[in-house]
Amino acid sequence: MANQPGKEHPEEELRKEGAQPDKSPRSMGLGRREFVKMAGTAGMAVSAVGVLAGEGILKAEPVAPSQDVADAATTKLVGPGPVRMTLNINGKPTAVTLEPRVTLLDTLRDHLDLTGAKKVCDRATCGACTVIINGAAMYSCTVLAIDVAERPGSPAAKIETIESLAPDGQLHPVSQGFVDNDGQQCGFCTPGFVMSAKAYIDKHPHPTYDEVKASLGGNLCRCGTYMGVRHAVVEAAGKMAAGKGGRA
Amino acid sequence: MADFKWPAIEKRSLIGKRISRLDGPWKASGSAKYAYDINRPNMLYGRMVQSPHAHAKITSIDTSVAEKMPGVHAVDIIHPVGQEVLWAGKEIVAVAAETDDQARDAMRKVKIDYEVLPYLVADTTPGKATGYTQQLNEQTQGDPDAGFKAADAVVEGFYGIPVITHCCLESHGSVAEWEGDKLTVWASTQSVSGLSAEYATSLSGKGIPTTAPNVRIITQVMGGGFGSKFAADTWGISAAVLAKKAGRPVKMMLDRDHELSVAGSRPSLYAEVKIGAKSDGTMTAWQSESWGTSGPSGGANANLPYIFQTGLAYKRHHTAVHTNIGPARAWRAPNHPQFALVTMSAFEDLAAKLNMDPVQFLLKNMQFAGERNKGFGTKDYEQELAKASELIDWKKKWHPRGDKTPGPIKSGLGVSLHTWGGQANNSTCNCTIHSDGSVEVSLGTQDLGVGARTVVGIVAAETLGLPLDGITVNIGDSKYPPAGGSGGSTTSGGISSATRRATNTALNKLLDQVAPSLGVPADQLEAVGGKIQVVGNPAKSLTWKQACAKLGASTISEMGQTDRSLTSGNVGGVQMAEVSVDIDTGVVRMEKMVAVQDCGLIIDLKTAESQVYGGMIMGITYALFEEKVMDQQTGAHLNADMEFYKLAGIGDIGELVVHMMEGPGYDDRGVIGLGEPPTVSPGAAISNAVANAIGVRVPTLPLTADKVLAALGKGGMS
Repeated sequence: MANQPGKEHPEEELRKEGAQPDKSPRSMGLGRREFVKMAGTAGMAVSAVGVLAGEGILKAEPVAPSQDVADAATTKLVGPGPVRMTLNINGKPTAVTLEPRVTLLDTLRDHLDLTGAKKVCDRATCGACTVIINGAAMYSCTVLAIDVAERPGSPAAKIETIESLAPDGQLHPVSQGFVDNDGQQCGFCTPGFVMSAKAYIDKHPHPTYDEVKASLGGNLCRCGTYMGVRHAVVEAAGKMAAGKGGRA
Repeated sequence: MADFKWPAIEKRSLIGKRISRLDGPWKASGSAKYAYDINRPNMLYGRMVQSPHAHAKITSIDTSVAEKMPGVHAVDIIHPVGQEVLWAGKEIVAVAAETDDQARDAMRKVKIDYEVLPYLVADTTPGKATGYTQQLNEQTQGDPDAGFKAADAVVEGFYGIPVITHCCLESHGSVAEWEGDKLTVWASTQSVSGLSAEYATSLSGKGIPTTAPNVRIITQVMGGGFGSKFAADTWGISAAVLAKKAGRPVKMMLDRDHELSVAGSRPSLYAEVKIGAKSDGTMTAWQSESWGTSGPSGGANANLPYIFQTGLAYKRHHTAVHTNIGPARAWRAPNHPQFALVTMSAFEDLAAKLNMDPVQFLLKNMQFAGERNKGFGTKDYEQELAKASELIDWKKKWHPRGDKTPGPIKSGLGVSLHTWGGQANNSTCNCTIHSDGSVEVSLGTQDLGVGARTVVGIVAAETLGLPLDGITVNIGDSKYPPAGGSGGSTTSGGISSATRRATNTALNKLLDQVAPSLGVPADQLEAVGGKIQVVGNPAKSLTWKQACAKLGASTISEMGQTDRSLTSGNVGGVQMAEVSVDIDTGVVRMEKMVAVQDCGLIIDLKTAESQVYGGMIMGITYALFEEKVMDQQTGAHLNADMEFYKLAGIGDIGELVVHMMEGPGYDDRGVIGLGEPPTVSPGAAISNAVANAIGVRVPTLPLTADKVLAALGKGGMS
């Protein structure tokens, strides 16, 4: 929480160094309101492809890039109806047909059954929905899926969800750290913490306890697991740096 | 025959060790499926229209437009025309649609008219709540007037703690699916075994006749409850109604604002306290005039002073204030944090007036705490105060009220102590031993994140002499033998003793079967280290698998129930806080907090310590940040989001130290739950530490910068 200025300000120092991952949706370009506004005025494509009614959970399958968003430059508008778009999720191109207002978090959870990222505050405060987008920890509740889809001239953003960390059932060292240090109780915040910690360790392989505190300031836990989390992340970073923990 | 009593310390291979929770890998990998994560084929999403008014009568409901909205499949009138709503956020109509967004679109097209009625949402003094108050009976003990006359020092103070919410990270809700007349509910609940009958009764009352055996509740993991998730609730029943109407599964989880404003709050408590003592610190009398609100129901009497009541003359009177805010629900250690805050603050203020160290003040008055805790004598508090003092270096760091060192940063120490009953719930366990050596242990209990699943596994493995992975633990499903709801720190005692009895009985059946092949009577056999062996003669043994193979085509299946000889209650603990306060800005910062806690026989030291850390952190959170802010002008909950309803973050908690009291004496009490007690003392200990730092009392929690500055303006050092 950012409302507690202390004697020391590791958060500010980190920001100066550019170490703090920017989770603001604005760093992605647009918030959801701005986007919806823009979708009605700026030059993007109208599409009525794919009606959601009756389909239940959409099946996702890797396909070639969708034409609908890719054609946007030559037409006027997209939305408000469903739009075909292609996301890059855990290394796989993934086609979905969604209204432009659908967030990345709802896309993952409701349409792709990737439920590791959790919906808690739904307003970019708690971090339970954290995923890694192009290497940075981001709040997926406040990113629109269409904003990270493939666009004319730019590939889809690379989205990593927690499901990508243990593809073969072998726990990632960060997850293992949370298990070994009991950095979780109910566990609902845990995937978000794991993803924030992984994004941080990827860029800062030797974090101190104080740096861990600063880097995870954007994630909240209600059960009170912070003591275990601190140990988990420092220990995981140590193992990853030493190459003992498998993938780094 | 193996004995069902808890094994002696030298015989324990798993009990009391630091063992990682069994469901940890699922949670840390994101593969755990909470109710919120359940996606069923053809599932619809439910949303509810809520009253914007804190008190109103519904005069009309028109769902005709909503029903025709794209994707909408079912509408349920929850609260019909003519009924009153008693708080803003009360659910009136529910809709189910193909997507969550479509459900929201439809929700906005429901037209409801209200006749707005007078309301009170301000958490105010009884004098400003005319018409909303209820005077509860004055309670007296001894002769407090004589006590005050005999006192050498008397202090008067005002203390309070506002309404706060549960803010479970997984909001309340469920997924409901019908198959013919059978209903399956994936619920985020603290009461797996208790919900089937509630669903059956409620649904039958809504014209969908069903019975408890037809309602299956599943909760493999759940994202926090803290006392707020015992009932099927309006939304649970409505999801089942919508699913029935639509003929499709319905997921209905509360939005964050709904969760915070309606799905659980903790009652407030405010008190004017007068307290007297002799010059040596011995208290002579207590008097309190208290009030508070738990929403529309007002609230119960305030049992003050906390703990220190036996033989102390007191007079107390409480006013319940009926308000139009969302109803209170049990909140981790119901009422104890409020009672502790009022009592321990008044004690510290009195100690300050007497120029006494508050630890010495508590020790001086232990006679009044004695019989408050049966089986938990004053000696335990003395030991715990001594241990906590050592861990925080109290004797060296404590100073009389007001840090006199130069500069704006003032340091202070505070102390509080607490107790909790925690008698075991009634749980039933089945242990099944198969002839291939596999073992299933099944209970209809639930794991809120406290480690219940792991406790069951450890007890079963210890009893059967197996490694933890030799046990399949089945919980979180109402198809298993019934177990009590998880609240009030009653679960560990219930499930551990039931599991011990079931597994011990099953083991004895197995020993009977294999005794002939080992050539000794069954009572000379034991299960140790994956073997069935002759006691004291490991050479004469069968591996567990060999022993189970003797079952042939049969299976051992035995039940066990909560055994009160294996569990008890009445734990206690002491907490000490060290804070620094910037008297220029008013910001309070946690430096260190120490918890010394007993809870009888500890099954898993790792998860037990986590419970205490968690209790301390929840306590730091309500001490420094939490308050449900209501607006009397509109009747609305102003901070029903996580931006302005603040939780402590990882950088806000300082250094925490936990010490569990264990070993002879403590172990002999059997297993006792631990969820509630460590949450009780933080508010009081931190408030006392702030008073010790800045020289004046900040009367109410949370200890925000504005209140600290206001208190300093009334006589502080700035």
